[in-house]
Amino acid sequence: MSSTEITAQTIEDMIFDALAQVGPDRADIKREATLEDLDVDSLDLVEIAQLVQETWGIELDPQDFIDVRTVGDAVDVIVALVL
Amino acid sequence: MPERRGCALVTGGSRGIGAATARVLAEDGWPIAVNYHEDEAGAVAVVEQIRHSGGTAVAVAADVSDREAVERAFDQVEQQLGLVAVLVNNAGVTSDGLVPQLDPARWTAVLETNLSGAFWTSRRAVMPMVRNRFGRIVNVASIVGARIANPGQANYAAAKAGLVGLTRTLAKEVAHRGVTVNAVAPGLIRTRMTNGVDSAVARAIPVRRAGEPHEVAHCVRFLVSLEAGYVTGATLVVDGGMTA
Repeated sequence: MSSTEITAQTIEDMIFDALAQVGPDRADIKREATLEDLDVDSLDLVEIAQLVQETWGIELDPQDFIDVRTVGDAVDVIVALVL
Repeated sequence: MPERRGCALVTGGSRGIGAATARVLAEDGWPIAVNYHEDEAGAVAVVEQIRHSGGTAVAVAADVSDREAVERAFDQVEQQLGLVAVLVNNAGVTSDGLVPQLDPARWTAVLETNLSGAFWTSRRAVMPMVRNRFGRIVNVASIVGARIANPGQANYAAAKAGLVGLTRTLAKEVAHRGVTVNAVAPGLIRTRMTNGVDSAVARAIPVRRAGEPHEVAHCVRFLVSLEAGYVTGATLVVDGGMTA
């Protein structure tokens, strides 16, 4: 994927898809949904972090997610690092 | 039952418990990557035995204490045999001496192969297993460290006790993804590593003999089996009753 194609929306779509792969129903994944409600745990976040690294070459630090509560929080952290 | 695919990687597979484990898992149909560090001839012999019996096997060189070598070995195995679905961390060395005699090199060599080596391979293996929702990691620990102490083996005991701690911790981290992590703890097993152990030691074992590598291998086989999916974080002692 070239850098010109990456937008906040494409990143959000990718994170939503990645979350759906690790467990929650796609319909339940919304920006305001909490990771706790979706039963997304730290290992799920590691899976998503690896996917981000493979897709965009961005290495995520576990500390980056320390204040993340909602899906939107996670998306915003990754958008800030990728863009 | 999950679909079984991929291969089994056995570290230190050129002889002893590792070679026996490679052969037994091949009998169960796993394509086998036989890892070795220095004993290429031994690894090739194991590979040829497996192929002769109709199985699939490749030899893979790597010093497991070298993280980059581990990465290269996994890349090679994944290219040749696919996903590593089963990892048996068997590679181990000894360098005995009383604590005042254990200089930094002897301490570090044993810790880095027996403990760090298993960490590097497990770290590399586990996320593909998690993504596949199936995996088996079996660590070959020892009764030394976790159950008994042998004077002159502080480095070995520390490494093997640490390996049990690693086993239990990783088991909890990945249990809900179909990945199990267990250990076997052999007692006195007839291998090159135990050559020279006094026969009086074997007579003191309740079973009255040393164990054979294949007797440990069959315990690994059980822990690798699909039927052992509810066993994780466990250490299976294989010692002829020595620590009963």
